[in-house]
Amino acid sequence: MSLTPEEVKAVAHLARLALDAQRIPEYSRDLSRILDLVEQMQAVDTDGIEPMAHPLDMAQRLRPDEVSEGDQRECFQAIAPAVEDGVYLVPRVIE
Amino acid sequence: MSGADSMHESGISDLSRGLAQGEYSSEELTRAVLERIARLDKNLNSFITLDTERALAAARLADKRRGDGEAGPLTGIPLAHKDIFCTEGLRTSCGSRMLDNFTAPYDATVVERLADAGMVTVGKTNMDEFAMGSSNETSYYGPVKNPWDTSRVPGGSSGGSAAAVAARLVPAATGTDTGGSIRQPAALCGITGIKPTYGRVSRWGMIAFASSLDQGGVFARSAEDAALVLGAMAGFDERDSTSVEQAVPDYAAGLEQPLKGLKVGLPKEFFGEGLDDGVRAAVDAAIAVLKDQGAELREVSLPNLGLSVPTYYVIAPAECSSNLSRYDGVRFGYRCDNPRDLEDMYKRSRGEGFGVEVQRRILVGTYALSAGYYDAYYLKAQQCRRLISEDFRKVFEDVDILVGPTSPETAFGLGERADDPVKMYLSDINTLAVNLAGLPGMSIPAGFAAGLPVGLQLIGNYFDEGRLLSVAHQYQQHTDWHRRAPEGLA
Repeated sequence: MSLTPEEVKAVAHLARLALDAQRIPEYSRDLSRILDLVEQMQAVDTDGIEPMAHPLDMAQRLRPDEVSEGDQRECFQAIAPAVEDGVYLVPRVIE
Repeated sequence: MSGADSMHESGISDLSRGLAQGEYSSEELTRAVLERIARLDKNLNSFITLDTERALAAARLADKRRGDGEAGPLTGIPLAHKDIFCTEGLRTSCGSRMLDNFTAPYDATVVERLADAGMVTVGKTNMDEFAMGSSNETSYYGPVKNPWDTSRVPGGSSGGSAAAVAARLVPAATGTDTGGSIRQPAALCGITGIKPTYGRVSRWGMIAFASSLDQGGVFARSAEDAALVLGAMAGFDERDSTSVEQAVPDYAAGLEQPLKGLKVGLPKEFFGEGLDDGVRAAVDAAIAVLKDQGAELREVSLPNLGLSVPTYYVIAPAECSSNLSRYDGVRFGYRCDNPRDLEDMYKRSRGEGFGVEVQRRILVGTYALSAGYYDAYYLKAQQCRRLISEDFRKVFEDVDILVGPTSPETAFGLGERADDPVKMYLSDINTLAVNLAGLPGMSIPAGFAAGLPVGLQLIGNYFDEGRLLSVAHQYQQHTDWHRRAPEGLA
């Protein structure tokens, strides 16, 4: 199983990851090796085996849909890269 | 032991006695620890951040609590946290440029509970970036050196915590284990480390890598010390939706269980090809100690163990790609300079903020979860996970614990595998299956091979941490490997 440089670029776009263009061949080589390793799974017959999503096969607890936390906006925004008037600033999206 | 000069030679239980008997105060002990770190850690790089002033304040508070008659066994004992646990008011970097500027607005449950028990946090330890690595070489803050041989790796991802405990800089440190990140560095650094059952220790405030595998635990000098710390950090936490509601036994009180009649399984897959001869000899000798104490040995088989590497390297990257999507440069963490537009900001913040290994795993995970590949990779891996887990369920019908080498080899050289991800991934062959099954596992010192520490892995049934700790403690009553410290550190 190999991942071409073009496929690496496509996956990087899905992951919103800017890769150093010079390193793309290296990523292509390394990811192909990793996929070769992973390919060993295909030799195993798993027909009818129920997928295991949780190591203890437990369902996650639910809680009543009630407010449990107070407003901590100032505390959380104190560590943000850019805020103004209580909102997070990002580059303009709509002209 | 006596006096401030030799405090570093003592484990928690001895220090606790020293504090109780007034031989020294927690403030003196904490100062000695901080001085030792300042003197020795330049060569090891096991800490990312020290918290000197607040540590001394916490130590004085512990001394006051002791004076008021409110001290427990951990009150005033210094501790380091892996830099993956959020600490209010103190940077939590997760070994990444992405979080180099991040100070969490709250404490992790583990941090909070150990502080409540009176432990004194002296700082945050180095680690592989976002806990992704087996050598501590992927850290943004540079590699950690193995205190037994500084040309070698300490293991990873909790390499800083393991090296700091092995070098006698701190008596205990927290760690996390997603695929072996407590047990493998414990083995390579010659110390005791335990990863509890999935759900035993709260993941609240523990930065997520692979949520169905991540579990917090502890490094210490001995099983007795680990029992004290684990007892204080474990237990139900409503803030973690996967935390298990099950009472935590008094681990320290349960250590004196005789080994007579204990049924020990030796999975033959752990003893096959690829096992270093020196490691094999040390592990065989350790098993003979268990047998001498009356344990019954039997060979067992985990036929799907070899599947754990490919299975893990689908599930862990898939969960990582999802968890790490939160680092977008908007709310916290690194943001690139002068983004052209929103997409450029996302892409460059993540491209510049994450190191190469983290990027590799995000890419593998994104690929495995992408349309058209989900069934072939993620679903298939979840089915293989079931097969691996079933193997354990079957052997635990016949035995109480499983024993084998934690790692098939001793510490490898710095840089030796840094360019070969697959070779690095294969270092975890003996530890991954335990995380996939969600079982508790432990590594304890079991001698040396060519001068480097060898770890004995103990694997228990679900929520049987108490048994692991007691078996380890009994072994440590009949051996002194856990008392050996690296020389030349002073």
